Amino acid sequence: MHLDHSDPHAPAAVGADARRPDGRRRALRIGLGGPVGSGKTATVAALCRELRDEFALAVVTNDIYTREDAEFLLREAVLPPERIAAVETGACPHTAIRDDISANLEAVEDLEDAVGPLDLVLVESGGDNLTATFSKGLVDAQVFVIDVAGGDDIPRKGGPGVTTADLLVVNKTDLAPYVGSDLARMAADAKAQRAELPVVLQSLRAGSGVRDVAAWVRGRLAAWTA
Amino acid sequence: MTKAALLVLADGRFPAGGHAHSGGAEAAVRAGRITGSADLEDFCRGRLHTAGLVAAALAAAAALGADPVALDEAADARTPSPALRGTARRLGRQLLRAARSAWPDAGLDALARTFPKGAHQPVVLGVTARAAGLDARDAAYCAAYESVSGPATAVVRLLSLDPFDATGVLARTAGEVDRVTDRAVAAARTALTEGVEALPAASAPLLEIGAEAHAARPTRLFAS
Repeated sequence: MHLDHSDPHAPAAVGADARRPDGRRRALRIGLGGPVGSGKTATVAALCRELRDEFALAVVTNDIYTREDAEFLLREAVLPPERIAAVETGACPHTAIRDDISANLEAVEDLEDAVGPLDLVLVESGGDNLTATFSKGLVDAQVFVIDVAGGDDIPRKGGPGVTTADLLVVNKTDLAPYVGSDLARMAADAKAQRAELPVVLQSLRAGSGVRDVAAWVRGRLAAWTA
Repeated sequence: MTKAALLVLADGRFPAGGHAHSGGAEAAVRAGRITGSADLEDFCRGRLHTAGLVAAALAAAAALGADPVALDEAADARTPSPALRGTARRLGRQLLRAARSAWPDAGLDALARTFPKGAHQPVVLGVTARAAGLDARDAAYCAAYESVSGPATAVVRLLSLDPFDATGVLARTAGEVDRVTDRAVAAARTALTEGVEALPAASAPLLEIGAEAHAARPTRLFAS
């Protein structure tokens, strides 16, 4: 072998390392997961619009069999195209965010190499089921997004996403009257499942939009850089 | 050093990115070349004796300590499809990350420095086997078995194939995996003295063509 052993800038072996190979602190990574159609991509788009002037941002999407989530973000022009990367998940979105995170780690690291330094990388899961959670090796905090139209019994049923995510978002509150969902009951059930962990009820089409989630992200960023 | 390390490395759940790839099976399913377990068995046998043999020989040579840079070039020369070369490097990079966590090793670190965006997966596999205290035959076994287990598990998802039938295919090809491994190790030993030209260059044109067609598809379940 004639490989060089003297270069101190070997790539980090472990994704959870808080520092990049050059010693700088890496970006905070926040995962967004949840069932199909609950509004993950719309929430990511709204967060990008809300935070892009304050922080250096990038997004990794995990699509199941298309590149539609990445293309939606590109079409909406929430970030320049070089700040959006798509990972293919081989029919198993939860595998790519939990059991075998290597493709997502590389996407995050490549974004930091290409357009960094970054403050925040949002990693959006492909739509999945109530058991999908992100590995701690991939993200520093995770948001689970459900919606009122998916059934107001979801918070009561629980599951790893609902009970353990760092933030639970109940989305599309504007639809509650039309689908017969009881928002107060959803909030109470979520509180019972999650104890002190926060819950945000939001509508991206009315009221304060993504503001509460953005405030939570700002809090995580402040803690990360403290 | 333990032989059980081979089980860790060959486990389909080893987190090295393989779950997102079908080994060309999705393209073959879309083209109508795999419609059931009989076709799957033919496909696996074809892949084993072509791409599988080449990968196993590269892995064995790397495990024997051959120069990874020369082996990586040899892998490029044996992979006409640009899409497949890209896939092999992505998977190599992902394997390298998992390997460096599992078996910290100066040889793996050096490989990461030389190929920051990834070397061909079989080359990384061979260096990994070495780091794990395994030998050239173990590395070749991993590569040969992967060449059939990847498509078989993918076709279970693609065609809703009975998983017992898919596992039966793997059981029936096991003897051939043994023979391909033997050939690969023999070729790798020869390559140590005669150079990488002694490594097999068996080609499967439909796998290469299918990979290019697959890479251009706007919708797909598997990355390759």
